[in-house]
Amino acid sequence: MALEAIKLSQDEMLAKAKDLRKHIINMTTAAASGHPSSSLSAVEIVTGLYFGGHLRLDPENPGDPNRDRFVLSKGHAVPVLYAAMAERGFFSVEETMSLRKLGSPFEGHPNLKRMPGIEASTGSLGQGLSIGVGQALGLRLDGKDSNVFVMIGDGEMGEGQVWEAIAAAAKYKLGNLIAIIDQNGYQQTGATKDVLDLKPFADKIAPFGWHTQTINGNDLGEALEALSVAASVTDQPSVIVSQTQKGFGILPVLEETGDLNYHGKPLSRELAEKALAHIG
Amino acid sequence: MAIGELSGYQMGQATRDAFGDALAALGDEFPALVTVDGDVGNSTRTEPFALKYPERGFNVGIAESNMVSVAGGLAGAGKIPVVASFACFLLNNAFDQIRMSVAFPNQNVKLVGTHAGISIGEDGPSQMGIEDVALACSMPGVAVMVPADAVTAKKATRAMVEHQGPTYLRLGRPNVPALYDDSVDFQIGKSITLKEGSDATIIANGLMVSIAADAAKILSDEGINVRVIDMHTVKPIDREAVVSAAKETGCIVVAEEHLHHGGLGSAVAQVVSEEHPVPMGYVNVGDCYAESGDPMGLLEKYGLTAEKIASTVKAVKAR
Repeated sequence: MALEAIKLSQDEMLAKAKDLRKHIINMTTAAASGHPSSSLSAVEIVTGLYFGGHLRLDPENPGDPNRDRFVLSKGHAVPVLYAAMAERGFFSVEETMSLRKLGSPFEGHPNLKRMPGIEASTGSLGQGLSIGVGQALGLRLDGKDSNVFVMIGDGEMGEGQVWEAIAAAAKYKLGNLIAIIDQNGYQQTGATKDVLDLKPFADKIAPFGWHTQTINGNDLGEALEALSVAASVTDQPSVIVSQTQKGFGILPVLEETGDLNYHGKPLSRELAEKALAHIG
Repeated sequence: MAIGELSGYQMGQATRDAFGDALAALGDEFPALVTVDGDVGNSTRTEPFALKYPERGFNVGIAESNMVSVAGGLAGAGKIPVVASFACFLLNNAFDQIRMSVAFPNQNVKLVGTHAGISIGEDGPSQMGIEDVALACSMPGVAVMVPADAVTAKKATRAMVEHQGPTYLRLGRPNVPALYDDSVDFQIGKSITLKEGSDATIIANGLMVSIAADAAKILSDEGINVRVIDMHTVKPIDREAVVSAAKETGCIVVAEEHLHHGGLGSAVAQVVSEEHPVPMGYVNVGDCYAESGDPMGLLEKYGLTAEKIASTVKAVKAR
């Protein structure tokens, strides 16, 4: 096998997004812990990255130095990453059902030492963009045309280090760095606008010297378009402010529970069945 | 009297200066070597490397958290990043970044903390790295080195670059006595016996090795023949040398320019208590923050002197 960026049709990607959502529900319900709602908001972007022609990868050789990189800085959303990697052929979907179990490499947050294909060990919020800056600098120094994508949570934007990284990426005009802010509007204890409101992200990041786009990140078409535009920007870093809904895809089920944030808890078997039926 | 004078050593380069020279000299041999700085490269001495290889020197500004994680990312892209700042800003400010972006993923990042200890002098306690060894040693897989002079600082610089995995190199600001010539064998985890002796052992690192040598002279004038071990690697510690010292000399005093808790003293005590318990004593900064002042005056006031080591040896020996 060689490095390859898989590009499915939009219909195929819509079906893939449904698969990812089902895997996320199944994994976290089997684990009886985890962050399904935080994972679900990011499904369209992650589908676009893995199946929309953006990440050149080789599951047979995950360490290929010429690969593109995806750093999941909001590490608690790792079920979406495991789901995408499984669909991309890094391992079977069945294996991911060992999520969070003793002995399983499918840890509660990404751990690169235990899983080839994971680009950064995250879980302490705020570090992924800096790691991405370092990767982008190193790849550029070697003359590689690889891109580095980093997904950050909107609550995570409260970490000062993210803004340090934004400034550094602009200093080095890292055209091979693309940040995605999964702005799902919630963090652990409530709405992001109530906890620490840092919106509007694009208006704040652009003056650093970044290319910015703000999209409905749960619209696959918009996600694909934004990723293509961002990849075409080569003289400055690029950010996609991906406005999403936490738990997107199973919102009626969450509404039923009275908790639209549904942070850091799995669905019960019963709710999971409803959610899977809703996804269809 | 200058440090090392009593034991006959000439003053040499500061360990940070030796590191800076050595790093710049390694650039061609190690094309993957890069530096990441928090805007103190002219103090940490990464500057000569960054000037020689401008495309490989990254100054990310006064932002230590970002600096360390950027180094983690560079390592992920196959580089050998040397990330340097004052020991306190590197270890204390960016501790979680070292944990999550370097130690936990076992990235090949070379942490270098300068201005360690209280001998930085006038800038005062906010700039003094005195918890750094404890912090660095607390993280699994990080090799921690504290060279005593210019020659071993140069050799430690090469050793850390050749080592696979994260390392922490602790360096000082002031000039220190030249203890060794180029023939000295420096290996990570293998101590150097500066002076043989059988009545007691002083185990020291960094600046305190020279001061321990002076203490050995004071003691030998009183008929006490002490062994002096340069424990330049705190982790992994040279267990064999510690055990031999305990067995052959019967007591050990540990001298370091660090807080009492978690440094070389703790590391030696763990080995001694596990392998061959003997009386031990400690000469260090204690459990306090120091103050501004001239370096020699500070070392005197906080008890980091040859006289203090000598009296501690005698007290421990008498137990």
